[in-house]
Amino acid sequence: MAATGLVVAAEPVRPQVALINELIEQGWRDYEIRSPAPEADDATWARRVHLDVIGRIPTIAELQEFAADRGSDKRAKLVDKLLYDDRYTEEYAGHWATIWSNLLIGRSGGNDRRSMVSPAGMKKYLRDSFAMNKPYNTMVYELVSATGSGKPGTENFNGAANFLLDKVNEEDAVLATSSTSRIFLGQQVQCTQCHNHPFNQWKQQRFWEFNSFFRQTRSLRRFVEGTNDIEHGELVDQDYAGEGNDPEDALIFYELRNGLTKVAYPVFTDGTEIGKSGFVTEVNRRQELGRLMLESEYLDKMAVNRIWSLFLGFGFTKPIDDLGPHNPASHPELLEKLSAEFRKSSYDLKELITWITTSRPYQLAAVLGSNNEIDDPSIGEMPKFSRFYLRQMSAEQLYQSMVTATDASASGSYEEQERERRKWLEQFVVAFGTDEGDEATTFNGSIPQALMLFNGELTQNAISKAEGSFIDRIAGSGRSPQERVTNLFQAGLARRPSKTEMQVASKLLQARKGDEKEMLQDMWWAVLNSNEFIMQH
Amino acid sequence: MSAFWKTPVGMDRRHFMQHLAGSSAAAGAAMSLGSAIYANADEMKKNRKSAILLWMGGGPATIDIWDLKPGAPTGGPFKPISTTGDMQICEHMPMMAQQMKHLSIVRSMSTREADHNRGRYYMHTGFVPNPNIEHPSYGSVIAHELIEQRPELEIPPFVSIGGAAAGPGFLGMAWSPFSVTSNGRIRNLDMKLDESRLMQRMAALNAIETGFEKRTRDLPASEHAKVLRKTYDLMTSSQMEAFRVEKEPDEVKERYGTDNFGQGCLLARRLVEAGVPFVEVDLGGWDNHNGIHNILKDTKLPQLDRAMSALTEDLAQRGLLEDTVIMWMGEFGRTPRINQDAGRDHWARSWSCVVGGGNLKGGLAVGETSSDGTAVESEPYSSEDLMSTVCKGLGISTEKTFTSKNGRPMKIAGGGKIITDLLA
Repeated sequence: MAATGLVVAAEPVRPQVALINELIEQGWRDYEIRSPAPEADDATWARRVHLDVIGRIPTIAELQEFAADRGSDKRAKLVDKLLYDDRYTEEYAGHWATIWSNLLIGRSGGNDRRSMVSPAGMKKYLRDSFAMNKPYNTMVYELVSATGSGKPGTENFNGAANFLLDKVNEEDAVLATSSTSRIFLGQQVQCTQCHNHPFNQWKQQRFWEFNSFFRQTRSLRRFVEGTNDIEHGELVDQDYAGEGNDPEDALIFYELRNGLTKVAYPVFTDGTEIGKSGFVTEVNRRQELGRLMLESEYLDKMAVNRIWSLFLGFGFTKPIDDLGPHNPASHPELLEKLSAEFRKSSYDLKELITWITTSRPYQLAAVLGSNNEIDDPSIGEMPKFSRFYLRQMSAEQLYQSMVTATDASASGSYEEQERERRKWLEQFVVAFGTDEGDEATTFNGSIPQALMLFNGELTQNAISKAEGSFIDRIAGSGRSPQERVTNLFQAGLARRPSKTEMQVASKLLQARKGDEKEMLQDMWWAVLNSNEFIMQH
Repeated sequence: MSAFWKTPVGMDRRHFMQHLAGSSAAAGAAMSLGSAIYANADEMKKNRKSAILLWMGGGPATIDIWDLKPGAPTGGPFKPISTTGDMQICEHMPMMAQQMKHLSIVRSMSTREADHNRGRYYMHTGFVPNPNIEHPSYGSVIAHELIEQRPELEIPPFVSIGGAAAGPGFLGMAWSPFSVTSNGRIRNLDMKLDESRLMQRMAALNAIETGFEKRTRDLPASEHAKVLRKTYDLMTSSQMEAFRVEKEPDEVKERYGTDNFGQGCLLARRLVEAGVPFVEVDLGGWDNHNGIHNILKDTKLPQLDRAMSALTEDLAQRGLLEDTVIMWMGEFGRTPRINQDAGRDHWARSWSCVVGGGNLKGGLAVGETSSDGTAVESEPYSSEDLMSTVCKGLGISTEKTFTSKNGRPMKIAGGGKIITDLLA
């Protein structure tokens, strides 16, 4: 099948993009998908790529600028702009810092009174890293080997320390073990803490060997002077004598189900052993771990699988962070090769994002048609990426989109805005009450979310018609009420209103007795509450 | 200016109702019936079953609560006490001991999932996690099956208090838990708008929704429309009064306990009285790998004892227990062996759940574990078995088959066997 109608990438097509296109199209042929969904129109695509790359919908001005570009490589140029233009650096960094912060410390990370984590410190580290496009492997190494205080403004501040601050002390660093291996290597080991895993290759021994890497590390509580309140935490490496109390041979014990005790030393998942000394100056176990992780091909695969799933809605495996022979990938060859390319690019995340966003599957419309009916991963089929999969925005994307589209909360310093944003997000987070800090978001399309969008403060602000507000500005735009309604739809949905929608607007104008601002307010409320607004499509 | 802006239409409420989703007429009818639920309470109570799940997040040590092993090296420090049922339980549950004639303990639970997420999923759905399908949880299934008994209900049929419960799986977003905090206050419920204008906005929204649904032909769009309808109903419903737990007398609140779980149980009672078919109340903090017995004695058990006993007693006294199944469980039990940190670890092989009410017998201990608690010595029961039994207790046929979105037929509770000892 020829990639006809593809007007995306600048000539010549990058080899990595060609690779994606070829292997995805091969998949369509294998599954006898006669044709994929048509290409998404420019405005829809622009909305999509803004949301995915910088975490919010485009403004009217941005859409107009894009529409004015007549070049055949306009899409590639937009991707380039969002990734490299200074105008977007802050938003790009903020969006990816949010994604990674949720992953590394959870949305409720640092909320607990006993917690040593500083969400602000975590965010700062991540924002800086993404702003300077730090290579992915460097970032992983820093997160895994960090020492220092997690809180900005304190001595020895190192925001990267927040990843492990709450994970090393309790229960012999079990949580540090399972999070590190799952998040960065796609290896799920949490079950093997107590027994051999029933369906992956992990054994209990492996778990405690991996765990041994974290045993030189402690989180120290630093208190507010003269009180018992935790001011911040500090991650330090200390000499470790092991459970046999011999620092030259620092072993740990773990217990089998039958009560027998076994011994473990630091051994990486591929079987590589490191020195057995517990003296930090002789062997720094976390630095060794970081080094070994950077050599692992699982590091590359996990990164590519995660980034791909963030853009396409599904990864090559389900769940994305469970890799291995027990869980076959939908496109094993593509995952393999793209991961190798990512390594070759020196782990340049912006490169990886460019390959994905300019590839063919990312251009397709979100339409389930008769030609590709079988491509429905929401019912458990392997994804074929023959259409763009509809998915709900994250709470953060929605918040940012509403704020951007309407300047609803433009006032205040970065810290004040950040605090407000956190407060708003917290209403959707539910903790599960386990030591692992599992949590879920109820921002999932159900009634609490609908109530928030119907009546919540954010919506009230967004639809305000006060002077200088979004509605006020829209009301002053265009030449006719129709044009103003059109602008409204462009701002929210990146499209013109349909005939029916125009008719509704007309009726609303009469219901509001000719008060156009009130009509626009009602229409804007409807737009913000619509599935089309809340969904990435 | 085009003719567009001159369309002469009367802008009354009725007109915009026609623009609402297909079933707009029903929405109007439901609203006018708003208070009928209270007027006809006696009539409605007939054949109106409900279930309350007390969910113990983290995996409670049932060997220290419902199935003590005094004298065994695994037994821990707690002593058993007699109850009004035919069994003994932990000394730190004295108030529950008075209520045990109403509830039974299944002591021979034996499952295979000892990871929190997997265990939570398995115990909530009756299915082991499978990346290819999302199974509906208890609350969604039972609400789905019992909703027909109460056409007048405007409150969502599955309410989750203080937790996230588990999702609706392939049944779709309309059956997801309505998550609220234990004080019953619901954020953003208040309409800052007169009703007719809200309805006009709903009509505009409906126009956008319909177009999007047509263009994408994908499921999430149509699901969303249902959720919007339910949200609208809820905002205008007088039944929401049931959430106002603060209206209870102080002595009642204190009897349940003024902590979140206590107030959550009280709210659960009010919701069941209002006709909600499934309520889940969350009590986390059972993941006690360290110093378990102090935590149980000083915090968890007194809290549980107070709230669970008050709930059971109230339902029994009000004659609601015969129509209401109570379940108590977590994702698994904890190791009989006490670890080096004086805690217990994850253990799914031999543990207990508690169940009663509805058509189920109370006062029994079903099944047995070995003298040190490490193995089940009678017939083992699974999540599927327990769920089937609960369905039986609610008069729901376990022969019923659901069809998942990919066309796979699936029995409720994975076709578990009914624990016949519990049937009256």
